[in-house]
Amino acid sequence: MTTKVYDAENPVVFLRDRTRWHWAEALPWIVAVAIFFLQPITLNLGVQILITIIFALSLDLILGYGGVVTLGHAAYFGAGAYVTGMLSAHLGWNEPISGLLAGATVAGAFGFATGWILLRYHGLALLMLTLALGIMMAELANVTEVWTGGFDGLSGIVIDPIFGIFENDLWRRNYYWYSLIATFFVFLACRRIVNSAFGRSLVGIRENTERMRAIGSPVHLRLVTIYTISAFMAGIAGALFAQVNAYVTLDVLSFARSGTILIVLVLGGTGRLYGAFVGALVYILVEDELAKEYPAYWELGLGFVLVLTALFFRQGLLGALESFVRFCKRLKA
Amino acid sequence: MSGFVTSAVSIFFDGLAYAMLLFVISVGLSITMGLMGFVNLAHGAFAMAGGYVTVACMNMLGVPFIPALVLAFFFVAIMSIPLERLLYAPLYKAGELDQVLMSIGITFMAIAGVTLIFGPNPPAIVLPEFLKGQIDLGFKTFPTYRFFMIVVGFVMAIALWLGFERTIIGAKIRAAVDNRQMAQAVGIDVDKLFILTFALGSGLAGVGGGLAIDIVGISPTFAFNYLVLFLIVVAVGGLGSLRGAFLAAIVLGVIDTAGKYLWPEGGAFFIYVVTVAVLLIRPDGFFGKGASQ
Amino acid sequence: MSLKAGLFAGLMAASLPFLAVSQPVQAEEVKIGVVLTYSGGAAQFGEQIDRGMSLYMETHPEAFGGHTVTLIKRDSKRPGGDIAKNAVQELITAEEVDILAGFVFSPNAMASAPLATQGEVPMIIMNAGTAWIPSLSPYIARVSFTMWHSGYPMGQYAHDTLGCETAAAGYTDYPPGKDSRNAFQTGFESSGGSLIEDIPMGGPREVPDFTPFFQRVKDAAPDCFYVFVPAGNHATAVIKTFAQLGMAEAGIRLIGPGDITQDTKLQDMGDDAVGLITMHHYSADYQTPVNLEFVAAWKAAYGEDSTPDFMAVGGWDGMAAIAHAITEQNGVITAEGTMAALSGWEFESPRGHIMIDPETRDIVMDSNIHEVVRRDDGRLGINVLGTIPQVADPCKALAIGRCGGE
Repeated sequence: MTTKVYDAENPVVFLRDRTRWHWAEALPWIVAVAIFFLQPITLNLGVQILITIIFALSLDLILGYGGVVTLGHAAYFGAGAYVTGMLSAHLGWNEPISGLLAGATVAGAFGFATGWILLRYHGLALLMLTLALGIMMAELANVTEVWTGGFDGLSGIVIDPIFGIFENDLWRRNYYWYSLIATFFVFLACRRIVNSAFGRSLVGIRENTERMRAIGSPVHLRLVTIYTISAFMAGIAGALFAQVNAYVTLDVLSFARSGTILIVLVLGGTGRLYGAFVGALVYILVEDELAKEYPAYWELGLGFVLVLTALFFRQGLLGALESFVRFCKRLKA
Repeated sequence: MSGFVTSAVSIFFDGLAYAMLLFVISVGLSITMGLMGFVNLAHGAFAMAGGYVTVACMNMLGVPFIPALVLAFFFVAIMSIPLERLLYAPLYKAGELDQVLMSIGITFMAIAGVTLIFGPNPPAIVLPEFLKGQIDLGFKTFPTYRFFMIVVGFVMAIALWLGFERTIIGAKIRAAVDNRQMAQAVGIDVDKLFILTFALGSGLAGVGGGLAIDIVGISPTFAFNYLVLFLIVVAVGGLGSLRGAFLAAIVLGVIDTAGKYLWPEGGAFFIYVVTVAVLLIRPDGFFGKGASQ
Repeated sequence: MSLKAGLFAGLMAASLPFLAVSQPVQAEEVKIGVVLTYSGGAAQFGEQIDRGMSLYMETHPEAFGGHTVTLIKRDSKRPGGDIAKNAVQELITAEEVDILAGFVFSPNAMASAPLATQGEVPMIIMNAGTAWIPSLSPYIARVSFTMWHSGYPMGQYAHDTLGCETAAAGYTDYPPGKDSRNAFQTGFESSGGSLIEDIPMGGPREVPDFTPFFQRVKDAAPDCFYVFVPAGNHATAVIKTFAQLGMAEAGIRLIGPGDITQDTKLQDMGDDAVGLITMHHYSADYQTPVNLEFVAAWKAAYGEDSTPDFMAVGGWDGMAAIAHAITEQNGVITAEGTMAALSGWEFESPRGHIMIDPETRDIVMDSNIHEVVRRDDGRLGINVLGTIPQVADPCKALAIGRCGGE
């Protein structure tokens, strides 16, 4: 959109310009608030979309900016969900916000430990290692039934009202706001990170790892840092999931969850943060509508959407929108 | 013979039969991924399609089992050609993410489509008499069908090896796997090779699907449920490597079987532990060509 | 009817007792939220239950007392719990259903149970068989079965009648599997047998290669081998592997709950299944008048090749229970009212006489000993060797583990 030429000597101007808010960026939040009042979809579905947005944002940090393709991101989502859930079910730690942060912190720490090893690999090896990590976590949770509830799922999660006032009602009115605020903070953090010097260096690593190494950028450390942050945010999504549902099953760690979030993000468009919003909204709404209309055959329509997107909208739906806007502008000019 | 040796022999035998199933399905994936660099997550769907073709041939048309497998090969191979041209070819130069999105989309559609046509019920077939029952090898009896699996697996491995190592087309494919640009530069029609290998790989997956009916059964969700296993075989063996896929299938098949036999409670762990261990030490698998680290 | 509408109706009824009593019968619309696995590996189960429900509605339009019944169907996809729970949440808040029904997998029922309590919506379980599910909410009633209806009597029968001194148990590693294993073990050991091998055989989602597990059992050489696997693909593979390994020739008898001789799979199993002994509450082959009529209606509706199985009967009986609850309450559904209507409800089901236990809200029914035989026309059939009449869930009767209501 901007054609301003930047002075290479003064990167601060460049970064400051990138962090400036565009009016269109208020749009998703206006929509989110409007959803609460108009309820074109149920708030429960809204909460699911918000959780998916957080999870997709976390993936976008490493995939869209760091260039790390993973098939095991559910490991961190699940870690957040199980930690928050087990704290409540076993230790009676029922305060929601500290529970959320505790879950996310453990997920982040786990991300740091695994990322340190995983990020030394790339390509198919990385893909398979992350995939195996996710599956092994699920197996681990299945075996340690005493703590996790195994296949039955972890029941007995009780979450106190937020600030002692707002409880998790059946219509999800309070939890919609809770999730929305969490989404907003996560988004702010992501936006800050990707537009910082650190964020630009990640893009550099994505585009040309060797060159970044050659100019002395600590590539591995940078990647581990962003991976840890990403795992932390995936943990937030998982913890929210556990609190909203008050129930955690092995499904939070499944390969299907890792795969789905990848699809959501690619559908929306990677490396642009808002892709997570578009992808989550479209994917969940399409799936929900199709599954309601055709409980047995919804996969046919969903598959069709994915194939079309891959063939015709390479940059994801948001990328297609951007090209369209650019095209219109060129027509005007 | 002591109990330990008998157990070891039967673990190895059963593992080998399972390994051959993995090999037959995975080898196509390994070659197409190695040659075209296409992350084809729809490979399981081709195997599933082969399984259903086998079922349809046997139960509706009364074709015997082995001809039905041959038909499954040709049907899936031929069906895969227009798919390759229309859906895969446009994405060869795209990123792996778009390839993942597209092939998962195909898998979704295949699952729903097969459910529409055949219903969600897993179908069954009746094996011919000569594949039923037990075969006595003197010191121990083995299930005949497993024995048949092993024979088929080895025959296919040898045939593929001869095809790759001893024919011009095989040499061209090897050249293209090693260096596509160079192969193109010396006048090899890589496009045609792509179609050929894609059809071959898909057809083999189709046969694998047919063979799988009597071991794990076939159902619409087969396309996803076993995909992880096939990917693991490819990664552990090394992209585009025939002997890699063969060796990886044997190692993983036997270890998986041994794990389940010796430690049923945690048996599912073994195969992943081995995968992680191999990839941590050799990121390109047993015989990969070195691009992952 | 929603929570609010229910409260409103309750208030009206309380404040205007005379009017309420003297009011004529009005045709109400009753919304039923149906949560089943319509897609994925378990779609076949969802289809059976769905068809069982529809068939009852088509053949018994009069049973609903003139009220209109609308089914709102939702796919619970996987056994993970969360998708079912979200579906239930929406059915209660957005669709404002009066009754919840279905539930194939136990975790789906377990995850949804708190919502039934919170939203005060009755929940009719048509399959999920983990014994202690009804204790999770006062508004749950089950018309299907528990694992103990088959496993426990099978354990006793294996020792006392089949003469097995030692047994091995192989089961799919998830709650119903473990539950069934426990039921068998309790029955078998209480009558004097001993369990010598205990083998979890992988998760329910994909069919494993059973050979290593079965080989282990063959090497251990027990008298009986009790197998529990989810009905469907697993069952066919069990019978095949058992035959391929020549375990019968090695003197091992394969037994289990009727899931492994599920009606829809029976014909595919061939000679390998003949002689198999299982314990179950239903087979399409029962020659009772009620069942003959049911199977004939089924074949008329869904084709000659289609066979109902115990899940279809779960759907059929569940719909009958719902019809009873609707007529009893005159179309104005409350959770309390539904539970009161179903308490002690008796019905002549295709499986035989059934009742909802007023104490546990769980089913009471006959458990039958099945033997697979080859009929004269070449089809495989089921002979009933014996019946244990009107079994109330033994797990709750014996107060074992979580059934004891910790």
